[in-house]
Amino acid sequence: MAAKKPSAKTTPSNVSADELMAYYRDMLLIRRFEEKAGQLYGMGLIGGFCHLYIGQEAVVVGLEASAKEGDKRITSYRDHGHMLACGMDPKGVMAELTGREGGYSKGKGGSMHMFSKEKHFYGGHGIVAAQVPLGAGLAFSDKYKGNDNVTFTYFGDGAANQGQVYEAYNMAEIWDLPCIFVIENNQYAMGTSTKRSTHSPSYWERGAAYGIQGEEVDGMDVLAVKAAGDKAVAHCRAGKGPYILEIKTYRYRGHSMSDPAKYRTREEVQKMRDERDPIEAIRSLLLTGKHATEEDLKAIDKEIKGIVNESAEFAKESPEPHLDELWTDIYAELEA
Amino acid sequence: MATEILMPALSPTMEEGTLAKWLVKEGDTVSSGDIMAEIETDKATMEFEAVDEGIVGKILIEEGTEGVKVNTPIAILLEEGEDATAMDKASEQPASAPVPADKEQSSETAPAAGMAHPAPEVDTTPDWPEGTTLKQQTVREALRDGMSEEMRRDDSVFLMGEEVAEYQGAYKISQGMLDEFGAKRVIDTPITEHGFAGIATGAAFGGLRPIVEFMTFNFAMQAIDHIINSAAKTLYMSGGQMGAPMVFRGPNGAAARVGAQHSQDYAAWYMQVPGLKVAMPYSASDYKGLMKTAIRDPNPVIFLENEILYGRSFDVPDVEDYTVPFGKARIWREGDDVTIVSFGIGMTYALEAAEKLAEEGINAEVIDLRTLRPMDTPAIIKSVMKTNRLVTVEEGWPQGSVGSYISSVVMQEAFDYLDAPVICCTGKDVPMPYAANLEKHALVTTAEVIEAVKKVTYK
Ligand SMILES: Cc1ncc(C[n+]2csc(CCOP(=O)(O)OP(=O)(O)O)c2C)c(N)n1
Ligand SMILES: [Mg+2]
Repeated sequence: MAAKKPSAKTTPSNVSADELMAYYRDMLLIRRFEEKAGQLYGMGLIGGFCHLYIGQEAVVVGLEASAKEGDKRITSYRDHGHMLACGMDPKGVMAELTGREGGYSKGKGGSMHMFSKEKHFYGGHGIVAAQVPLGAGLAFSDKYKGNDNVTFTYFGDGAANQGQVYEAYNMAEIWDLPCIFVIENNQYAMGTSTKRSTHSPSYWERGAAYGIQGEEVDGMDVLAVKAAGDKAVAHCRAGKGPYILEIKTYRYRGHSMSDPAKYRTREEVQKMRDERDPIEAIRSLLLTGKHATEEDLKAIDKEIKGIVNESAEFAKESPEPHLDELWTDIYAELEA
Repeated sequence: MATEILMPALSPTMEEGTLAKWLVKEGDTVSSGDIMAEIETDKATMEFEAVDEGIVGKILIEEGTEGVKVNTPIAILLEEGEDATAMDKASEQPASAPVPADKEQSSETAPAAGMAHPAPEVDTTPDWPEGTTLKQQTVREALRDGMSEEMRRDDSVFLMGEEVAEYQGAYKISQGMLDEFGAKRVIDTPITEHGFAGIATGAAFGGLRPIVEFMTFNFAMQAIDHIINSAAKTLYMSGGQMGAPMVFRGPNGAAARVGAQHSQDYAAWYMQVPGLKVAMPYSASDYKGLMKTAIRDPNPVIFLENEILYGRSFDVPDVEDYTVPFGKARIWREGDDVTIVSFGIGMTYALEAAEKLAEEGINAEVIDLRTLRPMDTPAIIKSVMKTNRLVTVEEGWPQGSVGSYISSVVMQEAFDYLDAPVICCTGKDVPMPYAANLEKHALVTTAEVIEAVKKVTYK
């Protein structure tokens, strides 16, 4: 990925100020939310594994901008950003992280396993790449029903080496499933860099073996992601089958909270942050294009901080689930 | 407002750590993402980042300090323009700790172990009323009828698997179904168990009701992650928001002379999993009635069939919409001397043994469980209270068998009624051999069941 000073860019003519502001706001919400989650983890309020999305915000924010009501999404355990971007309530997400009654899964799922039927968010999956055939299956359900919904199926560069990904590609193509396979290539699977895990780390090209079109996208540029998302969505909605987007991105934090990240240098991370930060890029577009003033942006920062603090308060105050919850939701009852 | 920075927990198990190094000093301005300190956890040395912007007002814990408990204040962060007096206020605000759930809470539905048992309530209504017209059908036909009837009834039901459509089913179970329902609803898959089990589960999340045929359950091992981690657990993990209403079906257990990799009985494996339901029928009427119930059930159902039984004929009621409920055992034979419990093809040994024993004057009660989860343990207990003796019969392996679970339940709930130890007749503890004589011996045999009954009846 070529390193560019984000401020060197000018606003493309087809992007409105409102749109830029929305991207800025949505990305900032994810970043601040994740920072807060990290903090609550540090305080022992969040337990187990907790995978932060900091650095990758432009991926979900860009793609959600291409989605319409009815579209579905499914991802891995690194899922907080996806949930916020599709409009789930930060309070319910944070309270799930703290394992409380007010969480999306009543505290029974945790950071890695959260769902929202209302927002068509199908998890939150802890088994690397399991969400890929599941996502193809969601797309199958829409095709079967004959509507024009699409499913965004997100997975990592590490997941991209699992066999079931290619099983899903194969069937998605022969059955023309409206599934966008989104590879979030953040260059590492835990401590294994893409260079160490595959001969050819150009993951989108693997689709060619199955007859699936795709492309590589700069994931630190929300506008580029949105443009690619529009193209992929149009392809799927038109009934032309699946599409692959390999989105080059970067996670700033460790793999999970307990990762000391010794497999890369501090300089590598710092360089990304300084030169390619997706939020800073939009911020400078907003300022240089005179779409917003420093004051406007400060007001957004403040608003976001308020939302995030409120979610943290809710997540602390919401009670732990009643012990009876241990025994519920194991089986669904037959509707009479 | 001044905020306290607390010693963070940096791993799921960390309770205390060493503050190895400060990378900021008092008076430094920090912003979110800046590395403030290095902390040694129980696992590794970790960098600790600032979350809020501010000025480091005071460092409370010197670098090099060992055994710093999680949540101990380690520094104070000031907002721009704040002075040190704000620091006292900060220390007055206690760090919030999780509210423990009320310890008094108890779970009412928790099973009470070791309780004295009054004779359990058991539903003994017959599967069909007297006088019902019956027809002879093979298990194969009954299964197909069960699936087809449900597909006519509900558009969201579809069948997918290897060779189910154009080939008419590897074991001809789906014969004629492609013609009737078309390629949209009877779907040939590539040979890709892991993948199509995942796609079917995703389709179930999306509101459809898939029937997944495994050519045999041996191959479902490649799909078991989706069966258990994706299908069985999602309802719970989503707090009841979404689950997987679907059926995984196919032949299970030994066929004939196909060797170790094609002959395993998975009853005990799937029976263990909360979130799954497990049916393992013996007779054609149960294949039909339980299949219809399985398809209507809003949960993932494992439907374990048997290749040897496919061609056997039984009475099937000739009525519209014949269903059999889950969790209701069928008593095939009443008797007072011993209870024999089995399911699936195990029933052939159980019934044959009972017949031979009757010739010798030993009257066995033979119970067909039909479903293993839910399991009709009350029916077993009630019978044991009468016969005081129990033998279980299955083709699967002995360690962690269905029988060993049943005997533990009976021991806990009807210990005082037992006049002899429970004997579990199982397949032998070996991979299935190919040679005809060895294979026969590896399976459970009628002779072994007879011998077990004689042992528990001291005959
Ligand atoms: C099947 C499976 N194997 C291993 C793991 C442990 N694990 C969790 S995340 C991970 C790395 C995945 O990396 P990638 O797909 O690149 O996603 P990222 O974490 O970068 O978002 C591993 C090995 C798992 N959860 N599931
Ligand atoms: Mg990765």
